[in-house]
Amino acid sequence: MQYTFNWAIIFSGEYGRWFLDGLATTLEMSGISIVLALVLGTFLTVLRLSRITPLVWFAVSYIEFFRNTPLMVQIFFWYFGSDPILPGFFKAWLYRQNIEFATAIIALSTYTAAFIAEELRSGILSIPKTQLEASRATGLSFLQAMAYVILPQAFRIIIPPLISQFLNLIKNSSLAMTIGVMELTYMARQVEAHTFHGFEAFTVSTLIYLSLSLLVSFLITQYNRRFLRIGSAR
Amino acid sequence: MDSLWQWCTGLFANWGIVWRNFDYLLVGAYPQGPLGGLAMSILMAVVGIFGAFWIGLGAGLLRLSKRPWLCWPAILYIEVIRGTPLLMVIFWFYFFAPILMGHSVPETESAIVAFIVFTGAYVAEIVRAGVLAIPKGQMEAARGSGLSHAQAMIHVILPQALRNMIPSFVNQFVSLTKDTSLAMIINVPELTLAARHIYTRTMKAPMEIFLAIALLYFVICWVLTALSRRLERHLARYQARTAHGR
Repeated sequence: MQYTFNWAIIFSGEYGRWFLDGLATTLEMSGISIVLALVLGTFLTVLRLSRITPLVWFAVSYIEFFRNTPLMVQIFFWYFGSDPILPGFFKAWLYRQNIEFATAIIALSTYTAAFIAEELRSGILSIPKTQLEASRATGLSFLQAMAYVILPQAFRIIIPPLISQFLNLIKNSSLAMTIGVMELTYMARQVEAHTFHGFEAFTVSTLIYLSLSLLVSFLITQYNRRFLRIGSAR
Repeated sequence: MDSLWQWCTGLFANWGIVWRNFDYLLVGAYPQGPLGGLAMSILMAVVGIFGAFWIGLGAGLLRLSKRPWLCWPAILYIEVIRGTPLLMVIFWFYFFAPILMGHSVPETESAIVAFIVFTGAYVAEIVRAGVLAIPKGQMEAARGSGLSHAQAMIHVILPQALRNMIPSFVNQFVSLTKDTSLAMIINVPELTLAARHIYTRTMKAPMEIFLAIALLYFVICWVLTALSRRLERHLARYQARTAHGR
C-alpha cells in the first residue's frame, strides 16, 4: 500500500474550516455539560451527605450505576431508548432542539455528575470535623462557618480534580460523534472520508485535543503552585 | 392514574425481545459465526489489561529513570496518550495499521492493540505512583546490602509496590471493560454492537435492549469495583499492622 503525505490539503479550503467548526462544537458541548454536571453533582453530594436514608440510597445507586456503565451505552440509551421514560413536556421541548446535540449534553452531564459527586464528597470529608466545631465555638453560625471556614478550604482542594473531570469530559465528548454530533472527531472522520488522508486528518485533531489537555494540566499545575503550594519551594 | 398504569406496564412489555436475543448478547453469532457479544468484550478487556500491564510497567519504570534519554520518551508516550480521547487512538490504529503493515488488519486486532497502548499509559502512572510510595529507605537498604539498582527494584521494591497497586489495577480493568464498548465504532462485534444489531433488526424496544446491556456491564464492573474496595481496605489494614509491628 502506497501512502503519500499531503499536509496542505488539510488546511486548504473548507477542510480547515471543518476542524474549527468541530472544535467549536466540542467546546460548546463540553462547556454546557460541565455546568449542568456541576449543578447535578452538587445536588447528588448534598443527598449523599444528608442523613436521610432513602435520599442517600438514591444518590449512591445513581452514582454507582452511572460510573459502572459505559458512556457509549448511556449515549445510545438516551438517543434511542429514553422515549418511554421521559415526561411529555420534556420530550416536546427536546424535539424542538438540535436533538443529537441535546442528547449528547444530557448523556455527558448525567455521566460526569456521578464522578463530580464523588470528588465533591471526598473534598468535603477531607476537612477535619474539628474545623467546624472550632468555628462554631468561636461564635459563628453553621452557615457562617460553612461559608467562611469549611467551603473555602474544600474548594481549594476540590478545584484541581474538578478541572481534570472537565478534561475527561472534553475527551469523552468525542463519543457524541456516534449519534452524529459534528464535533472534532466527527469532523476528522469526515475529512478522512473526503480526502483519503486519514493520517493527516487524525494527526491534526489529535494535536488539537493534546493542546487542550496540555493547557488544562498547565492550569492545574499553576493552581497547585499558587494556592496549594504543591511542587514549589516553601 | 390510568396513564401511570400504562406507563408502568409499558416499561415491562418488550423485554421478550431482549430475552429471545440473549444468547446473541452473550456470545454473538458463535458457534455458527465469529465470537461476539459480552464474551468478546471480556476477551478484549482481559487481553488488553495483560498487554497494558507489561507496557505500563516498562513505561512507568522508564519514567522514573534519571537518565533523560530513558525518561523523556516515556513522558512523551504517557502525556500524549492521556491527553487524547480513546476514540482517536482507536482510529489511529484502525487507519494506520494497514499503512504500516502493508496489509489489512482485522478490526478486533487493531482494537486490542489500541486498548493496550491506551491503557498502558494509565498503568504507567499507577506503577510510577506505586514505586514512589515505597519509602526511600527500602531502596537505600537494598543497595546497601550489595544489590544492584535493577536487582533491588526487582526483588525488593516491585514486589511491595505491585501488591499495593492491585486495587488500582482492578479499577483500570473496570475502566477498560467499559472502554471496550468503543470498539463498535470500527465494527468489532462486542456487546454494544450486538445491542445495536438487535435494535436495527427488530426496530423495537430500544430502551429494554440498551438497559439490558447497561445492566450486564454494570454487574461486571460493580462486582469488580466492590472487590477492589475490599482489597484496598485489606491492604490498608495489613500495612497498618506491619507499621505497628515495627
